[in-house]
Amino acid sequence: MSDLKLAYWPGCVSRGFTPELHGSMALVADRLGIELLELDRANCCGAGVIAEHNQELADTLNARTFALAQSTGLAMMNICSTCQGAQSECQQRLDADSAYRAHINDALADEGLEYTKAKDGWTNKNLLWVLVEDYGLDRLKEKVTRPLTELRVGPFYGCYVIRPKHRIGYEEHPDRDLYLESVIETLGGQPVEYDGARKCCGFPVITMNRDTSLRQAGTHIADALDAGADCLVTPCPLCHLNLDMQQPEAAKVTGRDLGLAVLHLPQLVALALGFEPKELGMGKHIASTEWVESRLAGGVPA
Amino acid sequence: MPEYTLKVRRYQPETREGPYWQEFTVDLDPDLSVLDGLLQVRDSQDGTLVVRCSCKAAICGSCGTKINGQSTLACKTQISEAQDGANRRPGDHGGNPIVVEPMGNMPVVKDLVTDMESTHWEKVRRVTPWLLPEGDPPEREYVVPPESMIDVTQSMACIQCGACVSACLSMEADPEFVGPAALAKAYRFVGDPRDSQTKERLYDLAQDPHGIYDCTHCFSCVDACPKGVAPMDQIMRLRRLASHDHDIDDVNNGRRHELAFTKIIERKGTLDESLLLQESYAQGVVGKLMPTSGAIKGLIGSLPTAIRGIRTGKMRSLGKLIPGVHPKLPGDAQQHVKRVYSHSEEHREELNLYITGEEEVVPEPDEAPDPLGSAVGGGRQHMDKVTEGGSETAGQSEATPVADIEPEPDEEGGR
Repeated sequence: MSDLKLAYWPGCVSRGFTPELHGSMALVADRLGIELLELDRANCCGAGVIAEHNQELADTLNARTFALAQSTGLAMMNICSTCQGAQSECQQRLDADSAYRAHINDALADEGLEYTKAKDGWTNKNLLWVLVEDYGLDRLKEKVTRPLTELRVGPFYGCYVIRPKHRIGYEEHPDRDLYLESVIETLGGQPVEYDGARKCCGFPVITMNRDTSLRQAGTHIADALDAGADCLVTPCPLCHLNLDMQQPEAAKVTGRDLGLAVLHLPQLVALALGFEPKELGMGKHIASTEWVESRLAGGVPA
Repeated sequence: MPEYTLKVRRYQPETREGPYWQEFTVDLDPDLSVLDGLLQVRDSQDGTLVVRCSCKAAICGSCGTKINGQSTLACKTQISEAQDGANRRPGDHGGNPIVVEPMGNMPVVKDLVTDMESTHWEKVRRVTPWLLPEGDPPEREYVVPPESMIDVTQSMACIQCGACVSACLSMEADPEFVGPAALAKAYRFVGDPRDSQTKERLYDLAQDPHGIYDCTHCFSCVDACPKGVAPMDQIMRLRRLASHDHDIDDVNNGRRHELAFTKIIERKGTLDESLLLQESYAQGVVGKLMPTSGAIKGLIGSLPTAIRGIRTGKMRSLGKLIPGVHPKLPGDAQQHVKRVYSHSEEHREELNLYITGEEEVVPEPDEAPDPLGSAVGGGRQHMDKVTEGGSETAGQSEATPVADIEPEPDEEGGR
């Protein structure tokens, strides 16, 4: 029996370029006893790009997703910092003006949907927030069967779960920018402090200014390596694209020999829950995860 | 009075030594500011500490500083708040010094004083920060509808302190980026209904490889700004106007990327990344537009990444790389997404959170502060598409549909 049941928005990238994320999430939810009801009719959050084109369109698209979640009577969970940011931004506008909300809901009426402000304390949270605030780190600790002892993990948050503070719940939950460190510790690993943990991965400008984008990614990876990290962990698949998929290109731009595994948050949790790297699609990463695997197996001394 | 420890990054070039850290302990009322603490150090402990300040009231913008890594004004940060911030750094608990550094992204002149000329003022001048109206000035004042100026008041609140420049994560990687302060200033004139060079200004900033499309949308400037200017929001407004309203087809692929993204979601509901890569770089290869040299370079540049993706199975299969092979939403869901599009594309509402506040007074932690209060009325802008000509400023010339605004003063009988 599960006491935590959530409407689940996996996002686009977790089912596109990072399918290993979606798969790992399913394994973790099952093992932790979190019941996920996937919102298969929901649409892309717009990632801030649609809002650049037409703010009302982005707001309506996300109101539709929220309304779909609300119609299940469940709070919503996402596994992407970018979804969190784009959706929180739209939600803030929707919640700020009832006339605007009515206008937006007008577009959803045909489908029998309506977004209601603060319906039964309805929330939309990233997995990271759900783990700490709703599931609980004590409970998570009890489920750990393979503590990530000696694994030095660099947290990489992704901008949209930490900024802007006034929008994404820091008044109520002031420590949201420290959660990754707490989760890493709970799983038995060692959080690594390095300069890039709360910086931008550069992904949003990869098609517009490749050099700026890859310089950002490369610098953060290099900083984490210099600080002694065995791997990075991120709750954002778009950060994963720039830090992992583009890592060889980032190495060229920054002139650094990189080679640092980047794990999705559910992958890191799953490793501590006893799943094998292969089940978690870690072989699909561009930056090899072999070092992490041998560290976990105790094969490589610290 | 409580004691606080300030850990200050010092740099005294005449000593020919590199920068170093120095700790000072001050006795200070918890309600006083970090600036008060620094001035106490200068006055009673070390007269060589160099700090730039003037008004001590968050008006002059002189004391931009990094406190515990966060760019802000030293006069607007309470020392007790700064202590709380220092105590919650990951790894340690309590008793940490308050870390005070000069602003980032700028050369340091001495101690906490930075050179803002090359990194801030030059960039502000680069956006032509003055009004360029058409024709002769009117006999008396320019008369514009009051609501048309509301939207630019947010960027007018800038005090040029440089905190956003210091915090800018894009400028860290690309020092030539025009940056948040200058671009917010650019919107102040792009959004001004009296200005006649709207399209020219937008064209200039869209075509610049270090212009509006160089912002990585990281919200760092929004958190840093002590005056609620939200520079990134102004940059997004500039992008919306350049791309959507003025159809400026920039060499940076900003507009192509945005259009391709928006169209894909209309057709498929979720993002088909392969199609996005193809369409934002190389619409021209299959469509009627000529690809820009930037697009061709971009497409070629992305090839090694794509090939690597196939090899590791990241892209699932070759199929994932073929644009268009992407699952659709189930049942009639896609039709409903399309309806959302037609509803929103008929016209365009913009809700400016700076000037709106929920009429139901429900205190919610997620709610933005409402700096102008309810007196201003609604913050909705009706943005009708401007198809040609640069003299009309999109949206600004239209009355807001919800604001209850006083009628314009009658030119003849107004006095």
